[in-house]
Amino acid sequence: MNQDKLTAPPVETELKLSDEKIKLQVNDLKLYYGDALALKSINMTIPEKRVTAFIGPSGCGKSTLLRCFNRMNDLVDICRIEGEILMDSQNIYDPKVDVAELRRQVGMVFQKPNPFPKSIYENVAYGLRLQGVKDKRILDEVVETSLKGAALWNEVKDRLHDNAFGLSGGQQQRLVIARAIAIEPEVLLLDEPASALDPISTLKIEELIYELKDKYTIVIVTHNMQQAARVSDYTAFMYMGDLIEFDATNKMFTNPSQQQTEDYITGRFG
Amino acid sequence: MKSLFGVRAWFRSGTPWIWLNAGAIALCLVMVVGVLGLIVVRGGSHFWPADLQQTEWSPESGQKKTIMGELVRSETVSAVMLRESGATVPAELESVTRYLVKVGNRDVYGRDFSWYMDYEITGWVVPEGAIALERRERGNFYGFPLKLTEGDKLVAEGVAMWPELLQRVERANTIFQQMKDIEKNDISRINNQIEKLRLTERRLVLEQVSEAELAEFKAQAAAENKVLSDEYEVIQQKLDQLRAESNRDTLIARTAEGREVSISLANIVNAYAPNDMSVWQKTRHYFSGIAGFLSEEPREANTEGGIFPAIFGTVTMVILMAIIVTPFGVLAAIYLREYAKQGPLLKIIRISVYNLAGVPSIVYGVFGLGFFVYIMGGSIDQLFYPEALPSPTFGTPGLFWASLTLALLTLPVVIVSTEEGLSRIPSTIRMGSLALGATKSETLWKVVVPLATPAMMTGLILAVARAAGEVAPLMLVGVVKLAPTLPIDGNFPFIHLDQKIMHLGFHVFDVGFQSPNVEASRPLLYATALVLVLLIVVLNMAAIYMRNRLREKYRSDAD
Repeated sequence: MNQDKLTAPPVETELKLSDEKIKLQVNDLKLYYGDALALKSINMTIPEKRVTAFIGPSGCGKSTLLRCFNRMNDLVDICRIEGEILMDSQNIYDPKVDVAELRRQVGMVFQKPNPFPKSIYENVAYGLRLQGVKDKRILDEVVETSLKGAALWNEVKDRLHDNAFGLSGGQQQRLVIARAIAIEPEVLLLDEPASALDPISTLKIEELIYELKDKYTIVIVTHNMQQAARVSDYTAFMYMGDLIEFDATNKMFTNPSQQQTEDYITGRFG
Repeated sequence: MKSLFGVRAWFRSGTPWIWLNAGAIALCLVMVVGVLGLIVVRGGSHFWPADLQQTEWSPESGQKKTIMGELVRSETVSAVMLRESGATVPAELESVTRYLVKVGNRDVYGRDFSWYMDYEITGWVVPEGAIALERRERGNFYGFPLKLTEGDKLVAEGVAMWPELLQRVERANTIFQQMKDIEKNDISRINNQIEKLRLTERRLVLEQVSEAELAEFKAQAAAENKVLSDEYEVIQQKLDQLRAESNRDTLIARTAEGREVSISLANIVNAYAPNDMSVWQKTRHYFSGIAGFLSEEPREANTEGGIFPAIFGTVTMVILMAIIVTPFGVLAAIYLREYAKQGPLLKIIRISVYNLAGVPSIVYGVFGLGFFVYIMGGSIDQLFYPEALPSPTFGTPGLFWASLTLALLTLPVVIVSTEEGLSRIPSTIRMGSLALGATKSETLWKVVVPLATPAMMTGLILAVARAAGEVAPLMLVGVVKLAPTLPIDGNFPFIHLDQKIMHLGFHVFDVGFQSPNVEASRPLLYATALVLVLLIVVLNMAAIYMRNRLREKYRSDAD
């Protein structure tokens, strides 16, 4: 069934950024690592319940930008940020914002699968337990729906209490996604989620992204241009800390307005 | 040239390196096996009932004498050397073999080990019917039994006597055990209560309560004291009765040279006739000897008997140390690694902690004595036990201070391994937890610390190994050569942290170098060392087992 969706020709209604409901708005965001300017005044909007892909050569700042959305950059001592990011019109860099609460709303999946050294069940239940949920029925239910949502339920339903490290890399990555959606975030950040996986696992993750966009706003960083073309609705091309171009994926890959974008997409550099 | 080429090729192939590495490990193995082998052979052979050998001894000066005993060892020395040391060695001899014999019978000969030159004795024979008696006092007796009497009445004589003797020794031992139990439980309980009454009265005086109240307590205490001393009287009577009972039988025996000796059965721990025992019987005797060594208390200034209090003391102290050092070290390591701002100051602190591991242990002992015992212990006494002063409670070396000093000594090891464990946890796992909305401390306690537990166990293993084998600081802070009671008993509060303990390592030192009877204690020295080594092995195995279980539980591909 998933297979059908992917192979079916993309819906040819023209997507336009101006028609979208805005989830995240980045206003004049500058990010310094010590004295080095890593993001140079980024301005962009991330549309709600769409998949937005960040592409660009290594070191262009796309992962850094992604980590700004859930303030993971706060963990880096030498990192300093200017400007603002509005989520539903609320600046997430406001000093009053509870970072833990923000991260509950903006989930993140990393490049390398990072399950906790616990059982599959406990991995998924972790976020809920943090919020103080103790009711076994609720936990069971959320674990099941999350694992189903991450298309992992059928593979693990008989060994929920086995150690998560027993899963394959692709399964671990889907478990991590299940763990992230268990706390029902509004935004899901995916930082090269398939780069450490084999092609079949990659395909499964891509199908999953396709399914998840009905419920979540998804931002994905990827090195793989085909992947960006396959899964995303919008694509942002970044280069050297600058946002070069940001538009509907179809347009970006067929008729980019910037020469640099075209060069990168056609493989002339990067 | 060809051979040179061959050598060069051999060098280039790396084979010499392999040989060098293998040689190093082989040397290590030889040394370890050698030490363990020496300890096992020397310590283990002590419990084997050696044959009693007899010979005629005719020294130059003095008269001819029959001697009998266990042949301990023999050595050949040059006659010149012996002459120089004053012995009159026949002129025609160039070298002399001399025998060290455990002749026992300290009450008769004054000492139980003697050297005999081979030119002064006829050959060795193994006489039938010779017996060995292990006694509570004055060492072993070797000789021949003559008769067994109960009071003035003759009980048995000749062949029929042996089974009767064994049976009556058994009976005397049972009575002895009863007496010991009474002394350990009832008498110590009564003493404890009397002491408590005295201390309570003293405290009331110190607290300056009103005359009336004091008088009231004194009356009450007097009544209780009366009850207790009545009880004591009864017990004492019972003890006297038991003592008389145990002294009922007497064995008349003859030493090898013919002197008659009478030995009360109350004084005999064990009677056996090694010359008439089969291998099977000897094996049984061997194992019961080992069991006794492990479960009994030492006798005769630690030259005989068992080492149970030392084993018990060592284990108690090490466990207490582990309980103190683990949380302390783990918390310190977590702060250093997770919370402290990484910088030059932290680097200095970390280097200092690492270097603490290299401080000589005696320094910790001196520190423990000065700071823990005198300052902390002294303050505790003043605050909580003023009624006992001037005799100190915690202001004197004891179990708790020994454990605390060792905890301090092993703290760096625990900190270092915990820190290493924490630094090995992949940052992606922390990130994963933080990204789910966990705070730093939630991440730490729910994810990071559980993952680092195997490393903490490694630190604990090293700490336990070090602590169990440490002696020097303990001599200052709580270990003694003979502790009258165990630190854990039936009297409230059951674990007596203020009590002095015995310790295997110190026991080795004491038996080896402070013993009044070097030859008698030598095998015990080896046996004690063996027990110490085995104990450390067991403690380590337990910790390693736990660590492996944890590793299995928190297995990750990062490892």
